[in-house]
This record gives sequence, structure tokens and C-alpha cells, in this order.
Amino acid sequence: MIDAKKIREDFPILRRRVHGKPLVYLDNAATTQKPRQVIAALTDFYENHNANVHRGVHTLSDEATQLVEDSRKKVAAFINAPKPETVIFTRNATESINLVAHAWGRKSLSAGDEILLTEMEHHSNIVPWQLLAEEKGVKLGFIPVRPDGTLDLEQAARLITPKTKLLAFTAASNALGTLNAVEKLLALAKAAGAKTLVDGAQWVPHLKTDVTRWDCDFLVFSAHKMLGPTGIGVLYGKEALLESMDPFLGGGDMISQVSLERSTYNVLPYKFEAGTPNIADAVAFGAALDYLSRLGMDAVRAHELELTAAALKIFSEQEGVPVYGPKDLAQRGGVVSFNIDGIHAHDIGTAFDLEGVAVRAGHHCCQPLWAKLKAAGSARASFYVYNTLEEVSELGRVLRKTAAFFGKPAAAAR
Amino acid sequence: MEGDSELQDLYREVLLDYFRSGAHKGKLDPADYHAHGLNPVCGDEVELTVQVKDGKVFAIRFSGHGCVISQASSAMMAESLEGATLPRAKQLVGAFKDMMLSKSAPEAMPPELEAVNALAGVRKFALRVKCATLAWNTLLQGLERQPAASGPEK
Repeated sequence: MIDAKKIREDFPILRRRVHGKPLVYLDNAATTQKPRQVIAALTDFYENHNANVHRGVHTLSDEATQLVEDSRKKVAAFINAPKPETVIFTRNATESINLVAHAWGRKSLSAGDEILLTEMEHHSNIVPWQLLAEEKGVKLGFIPVRPDGTLDLEQAARLITPKTKLLAFTAASNALGTLNAVEKLLALAKAAGAKTLVDGAQWVPHLKTDVTRWDCDFLVFSAHKMLGPTGIGVLYGKEALLESMDPFLGGGDMISQVSLERSTYNVLPYKFEAGTPNIADAVAFGAALDYLSRLGMDAVRAHELELTAAALKIFSEQEGVPVYGPKDLAQRGGVVSFNIDGIHAHDIGTAFDLEGVAVRAGHHCCQPLWAKLKAAGSARASFYVYNTLEEVSELGRVLRKTAAFFGKPAAAAR
Repeated sequence: MEGDSELQDLYREVLLDYFRSGAHKGKLDPADYHAHGLNPVCGDEVELTVQVKDGKVFAIRFSGHGCVISQASSAMMAESLEGATLPRAKQLVGAFKDMMLSKSAPEAMPPELEAVNALAGVRKFALRVKCATLAWNTLLQGLERQPAASGPEK
């Protein structure tokens, strides 16, 4: 079990007040707050170990290199990757997807090939493929989203054909909270001989992740959504596949030998880590993974389920408040995406902010999804390890107050 | 409570009234000017149609969806600019934008824009200023282009 009240003591920012009210931070799907352990790791690195990696022979360079490689090992263990070398550090999940689109897609795909995505993808898992499609004449397909916010797996089975070279999908929807049937989708793709990319940005921070069990070809995620710093993300890839790919960015660190005519490339993972990497944030990310590992991902999931169930109950008691995504908690992450009838999501977001409650409002970088659901967007509360049931009650109070303030349909506030 | 007064200061009753009234919503056909604006931050869209008679703004209608601030601002803009000559309408848009960007005080606004002062509270919310200026920027872009080919003869 998670003791959120005790955990909160590790997060200095949670003592903040916003508009005179205690901060209730419920925008965790956008980015999470950082515990003092992560902040301390960042400070400790700059105060005691700062040097460039992989090239110095001096003590600090050796220490910095060790610290980054320790973090890589922690990432590999966290997602059960077979080898640390299969973990590439990038800036974020978005860069990881772009890396695959460039280094794998441009080399391996040609006109007539198909990439299958879903209608619930974040723009970051749509736009890189649109750019590739334009360049290579590759076709994009989309697994439809059903009105309940789940993917239509029957359609998925029909849409995956021998022409499908890649299935790239989100494990968990940032906009709706839907947890997708990752293993079923991967099995469908594999049966058709397609490569697979799992966008784990909203899954890895919240649920146990096992790439060896999933047997996916690629997994991408960002550190900042899981207590880590901004500016550091991960691409996991199967070793043979990463080996077969061309480099993404060229420069220092990613080479083996350079002459004026040609270069040979470094081994994994450095082949994909051109230039001085984000050393300090990679190190601090290791502290975030330690923190989550200490809590245990099963406990993290159980805590989020408790909060989500409580929130869904409160929201269902309020008239004129549509809540999106599956009703079944087993298919749902710690996200409650909602609207108040007659009010725009941004007005909800501002009204909540004035009560100290931070929620996201808008299309959540999923415009195609909202077009499908025939809404302009939503307000979204998303939970993490430091949120409490008291905060969920406060969310409910502010929901009722906001609905009453803007009046009209939802004014029947209790 | 601090938050309460801020909520009321931002969402003044007059804004909520404009938002709910539906005044100036719709599309003019034919129209002399036609403009489409997008706020990429929230995805909100506004479509404006304008009829001009004798060199003056005769009617403005807006459609699209948006927040209380953008919808109220659109309605107030239409109400305030109808009757203004085209050069004056452009001046008024400039005056409104200056106020919203805190380059000028609400008290310094031209008399035609008196009602629009209710939007001054939005200036404290930097992320929402674009909601208030979307329709005005869209109108300015529309007026600076050639009149719509489909428009009536003047």
C-alpha cells in the first residue's frame, strides 16, 4: 500500500499555494512533480561529479560515465529489457518515435507499405509517421476508437494485413485514460509479420512494464512523466533491429572511426546517442526509478485505481458532467477526462486553477480523437503516487462549485 | 476567498450574459469579408462574416466553438464595431489589442469599446489573453485581405 501523505513530504512543490489555496496537482499525465531525491541527484551530480562522458580518462569523466550507465541499467531493469545496450537515451518519447521513423522507417519502408496507428494517438505518434508517409509514399491506417473510448479490436484484426509493416500504438491513452489490450494488439501485429512500437509514455509511469514478455520491437517513454527530470526519454529496441538501423543523428560519441570520407559507427547504444548527452538528467532519472521501484509498481497501480474509482463515483453523481473513457476500471488508468455541459474545457481549467486545482484542459494533443468523439476537448484530472483521497474530494467540491457558477444544465449541484 | 473574487473578476456577469445570449452568432450570406481564425493552443476556431454598406461595417456574425472568454469577446466585438467605418474598425481592433496586451489602460479605450472593458480582467491570465483576442485578430486579417469575391456590389 502507498502512504501518499508520507510520500508528499518528499515533494517540496506540493507545499505551494496557488491563488491562496493549497495546490492540488492533478496534471500528472502532462508531467509529474519531482521528489527531493531526484532534485538531490541532479544537484549532487553538478556539485560533485560533473564531467563529459565516454571520452575523458580523468576521474570525474569516469564517475559521470558510470552514473549514466547505472541509470541505463536501472531503466533496463525497470522495463525488463534483456540488456542495458537496448536502452537508448533520447530527449523524450517524441524524439524516440522520430528516431524510429528516421532510422528504421526511412531505411526499411517503401511505397505501398502500410503503417497502422490508432485514432487515440497523441500527435507525437501521428505526425512523425505522416512526415514519413509523405516522403516515402507509405500509407497510414488507423484502428478506430469506439464511443466508450476503447479500441475496436475486431477492426484492428481486419486492418492488420501483410502490407502492414509497423503497428505503432499507445499502451494507455493520455486523453481518456484507456488502457489498451497491449498483448492482443502485439499478437495481431506479430501474426502479420509487422514490427511494433508501443508508446509507453502513459503506461510505464503507472503500471508494470515488461518488454521481454510483451516482445515488442520498440518502446518509448519520457522520464518527466515518472518523477524524473524533463529533457530525458527512452527508446528501447530489440537489439538485432537496432543493430540493423542506420544512425539517427550524426556527430561525436556515435562514431567508431571518422575519416574525411567516411565513418564507422559506434556500438549500441552509443550509435544513437550523438553528441554530449543529457548527462545530469539521465543520472537524476535513475533516482526517480529508484523511488518508483521502492514503492513498487503494483502498489502504484493500486493507489491510482483507488483514487480513480473515488473520482469516477463523485463525477457520476453530478448531472451534466460527461466522463470519457471506459467504465471498467481494469481498462482504465489514473485519468478522469470530463466536461461540464455548456462550458468550454478552458473555462473549467481556469475556474479549477482559481481553487488551486491544476488540471489540463483542451484537446490533449489528440485532435483526431476528439473529432471522432465529437467533442472539442475535455478537462482532465490525472493522478499519481502523491495524490490523496482528500484531494479527490476537493476535486469533487470544485467540480460542483464550477458547475454551479457557470449555471445552466449542471446547476443542480448538490 | 481570494479565488472566488478572482473567478468573479474574470468571468464577470456581463461576459456570461454575452456568452449565453447567442447574439451575433451565425453566418452572413452574402458576405463582403470572410475570415477564419484558429487558436492552436486550444484548437478553438472562429469563422467571421462581415457585411459592409457605404464604407461602414454593417453586420458581423461569428461561428465556431470556444470558451466563455472567446465567445463573449466575439459577440462584444461584433456589437462594438457595427457602424464603424472600415478604417475606424481597424483602429478599434488595434486599441482593443493594446489594452489586452497591457500597452494601454482600460480607461483609455475609445468610447465605442466601452462595453469591452469587461474583458480587462482577462489580462491577469496570460494564457487566456489569446482567447479574448482571437476574433479581433481574425477580423483584422480578414479586413486586410481583398473583399470576398462572392460579396454583393457596393
